[in-house]
Amino acid sequence: MLLFRIENVKVNEIIEVSQLEIPANQIVCIIGKSGSGKSTFLRLLNHLDSPDEGTIFYRGNDIQQLDPIELRRSITMVPQTPVMFPGTIKDNLQIGQRLSGLSTADEVTLQQALKRVSLHKSLDTPANDLSGGEKQRLALARATLLDADVFLLDEPSSALDSDTADEVIDAFIDFIKSENKSLIMITHDLGLAERVADVTIEMNLYSKNAS
Amino acid sequence: MNETTSIDLTFWQLLFAYVFIVILWMIVRVKGIPREKLIIISTLRMTVQLILVGYLLMIVFENPHPMITLVIVLFMLGFAIYNVYKRASVAIHVSVKKAIAVAMVLGISVSMVYFLFVVLQLDPWYNPQLFIPISGMIIGNAMTGITLGVNQLLIGMREQKEKVEAALMLGGTPKEASHSIINEAFDSAMLPTINSMVGMGIVFLPGMMTGQIIAGASPVSAVKYQIAIMLGVAGTVAITVVIFLHLAYKVFFNQRAQLKFSDQ
Repeated sequence: MLLFRIENVKVNEIIEVSQLEIPANQIVCIIGKSGSGKSTFLRLLNHLDSPDEGTIFYRGNDIQQLDPIELRRSITMVPQTPVMFPGTIKDNLQIGQRLSGLSTADEVTLQQALKRVSLHKSLDTPANDLSGGEKQRLALARATLLDADVFLLDEPSSALDSDTADEVIDAFIDFIKSENKSLIMITHDLGLAERVADVTIEMNLYSKNAS
Repeated sequence: MNETTSIDLTFWQLLFAYVFIVILWMIVRVKGIPREKLIIISTLRMTVQLILVGYLLMIVFENPHPMITLVIVLFMLGFAIYNVYKRASVAIHVSVKKAIAVAMVLGISVSMVYFLFVVLQLDPWYNPQLFIPISGMIIGNAMTGITLGVNQLLIGMREQKEKVEAALMLGGTPKEASHSIINEAFDSAMLPTINSMVGMGIVFLPGMMTGQIIAGASPVSAVKYQIAIMLGVAGTVAITVVIFLHLAYKVFFNQRAQLKFSDQ
């Protein structure tokens, strides 16, 4: 089944995609040089930006015609620099659910989400006291508590050491597969892409900046 | 009102007051601070503007007419809106300017109608001696409040762009994504009014009350007016800023709920 179909999409001076299809329920890795437009592409899929030209279809529907809020609740994104909201780890987990229109989960469910990303911290820990890598894992845990079908991750392990990165990404992929979801992930780690990807998208092929 | 003799300054008494400006002028000159010209110009402007306004008010008070009162208040309102545009810390997008104008006209009108007709119950309603100075105080305070609110909103949207977009990525609406910035802007707009209420009577005596007492009114009567004015000011600033923020945050998003004007 097709998740995204991208037709004649142009974002001026950054990317140009004449035709690209992304299948559903797969682990998709996006690789490419810095500045090749990987994050821009992910922002288009999350509909944080619209292309200057062309059409993006999500499950057969032009995303410009879909409700943008409902669309983002279905296609969630975790940015490369994790954003923490004021308050504790618990507050940060629950705010994601509230923003997504869900009722907040109990503490046991929240703890499970933290365990999934190997973040062994108390729910009462202030989020801003966490290290960069811990914040990145908290952002991933927050995403797993949402009711999304598609997860867009922008370099989810950039602040993690390689052992923790493998552990966290593997656990996240297990979650995606067990829940029958789709994952589209930007990574600089070609080894990781080779190991986990069902589909790899080379952004250099669509980049206006790549030589 | 318990009338006592009001104190009228003679020409010479007023002239003696200018000694303060002479002292200021000498200090900046000795210290080499390049502000001599500014001091002279601002003193002259203040003097000429106040004398003109004094004569204008005298004519208006002697010939009260609803149209004249309304035109003067509308002029003050227009000038206040222009001042907010000028005092913004960064360039303001035209849609934000529209939100400022709508909020100030709507918020100030609604509050003033209630305040002048229900609280003060002026007779006649356009009595310029009360209508004009009270409108001036309310408009002036709303202007200060909304300027602070505008600046905080613009700064918040620019500096917290990532946080707003993170909330959108999680499925939040533009309103939810801007929630904390809107609250911070409201807080920033209201704080001076709240602070001045807290310090009033202890830290300082407000200008209007002082003026009334000097002019011969009983302190208790002046205090009653001051309390009513402060409540009116607090309400007007709150209503104006709420209307502004309700209209203005939307300017930063397009119809597809994408953050678009964070640099405006």
